[in-house]
Amino acid sequence: MINIGVLALQGAVREHVKALEASDVKVIPVKRVEQLEELDGLVFPGGESTTMRRLINKYDFYEPLKEFAAKNKPIFGTCAGAILMAKELVGNVEPHIAVMDIKVERNAFGRQRESFEAILPVKGIGDDIDAVFIRAPIIQEVGSRVEVLAEFDGEIVVAKEGPFLACSFHPELTEDNRMHQYFVEMVRSCVVPA
Amino acid sequence: MERQVGTDRVKRGMAEMQKGGVIMDVVNAEQAKIAEEAGAVAVMALERVPSDIRAAGGVARMADPTIVEEVTNAVTIPVMAKCRIGHIVEARVLEAMGVDYIDESEVLTPADEVYHLYKRDFTVPFVCGARDIGEATRRIAEGASMIRTKGEPGTGNIVEAVRHMRMMQSQINEVVNMSVDEIMTYAKNTGSPFEVLLNIKENGKLPVVNFAAGGVATPADAALMMQLGADGVFVGSGIFKSDNPAKFARAIVEATTHYQDYALIAELSKDLGAAMKGIEISTLEQKDRMQERGW
Repeated sequence: MINIGVLALQGAVREHVKALEASDVKVIPVKRVEQLEELDGLVFPGGESTTMRRLINKYDFYEPLKEFAAKNKPIFGTCAGAILMAKELVGNVEPHIAVMDIKVERNAFGRQRESFEAILPVKGIGDDIDAVFIRAPIIQEVGSRVEVLAEFDGEIVVAKEGPFLACSFHPELTEDNRMHQYFVEMVRSCVVPA
Repeated sequence: MERQVGTDRVKRGMAEMQKGGVIMDVVNAEQAKIAEEAGAVAVMALERVPSDIRAAGGVARMADPTIVEEVTNAVTIPVMAKCRIGHIVEARVLEAMGVDYIDESEVLTPADEVYHLYKRDFTVPFVCGARDIGEATRRIAEGASMIRTKGEPGTGNIVEAVRHMRMMQSQINEVVNMSVDEIMTYAKNTGSPFEVLLNIKENGKLPVVNFAAGGVATPADAALMMQLGADGVFVGSGIFKSDNPAKFARAIVEATTHYQDYALIAELSKDLGAAMKGIEISTLEQKDRMQERGW
């Protein structure tokens, strides 16, 4: 069985654990750096990106997470997680783990009262993905090796670059597990049988 | 493509994103920045922190919109603000200003002693205080998207928050372990809406997140509430009434994340300076107990 971690410093950890467990993988909430070693893939959950980043620094996760990505191990970031993955952020903000060639704008749809849900098609996953956007970011620009999997009203909301998958919305808040299944398949295809 | 705003999933989901985090009371932009820098997941914009409201007496109302605006412009994390219980217009004003979450709060003087707000009418989500499963489920039925313990605000004394969290957790366990035919009687006895109790039984927890509030004064207090089952922590007077707010705020954030790492909590509790002075609950007269407000 493959091991998938959920970075458990802050945010909607429990929901990701539940959604991944439905795909018959071992799920590990990650609170300590040593736990990264046993993982085949990792999820950056939704939450507050500034809070998560502070805790990443505080507990010396920064370099180990960069190394994890450098080994081309799959990472899936939702909402704040996607912000952590971006190599560029709008508005003179320093990037965080910076593993994906995407430029992300935080809170791009507005404040909480503008948060919404919608049904949208995601390439290779489904035509009717249940998407909950909460103070969501958008992917403003993507590099040449990045594949755009979904747009909403002309804005990029799901993108993939090799083993990295970034998503503006929160698949973990719905009963629709197809985004998680897709990521689990990405992880499976990366794991070389021993 | 069609957007649906203000749905249960959008409102409750916002609170889910705050889990494992600390929400801090602030009264100006400078404090808001300290809170954000320390790793707060949201700030509560107020005119006065609860201990000052307690000291000032008189009628406590929604904050001056200038303060809310100032705080909103200072940070990128979500901003919450309080309205009086039942004050429809204060709530609408805060919603119109783009506040991300409204606390219908017993810390302010109630505007209505009979009715709480019908929160389903709003696009903005609400958090409400509760002491037991009855209060929690009534607020959820009215549309609250997040619950917090009432505790006893502005006292720096954790005892009431502990009482309320223990009460809610033990009642949730009771409901979960009950057979379905017992639930209606339990609903009658506790004044809990039947459908919300059924939902608790099916899912093993409240349908919304449940934070601790009302008396958290130290990192160990925050960790204690997490251990008792809180999803996160509100800190009101505790931070900016301490000697070193920035350090205090960071320590509370870390203790909340690593609430079972006692060596770490020891380490980050060192040299914090004095916590707020605090009030022994038994010295509070009935009329000064904010938790009695609302029903």
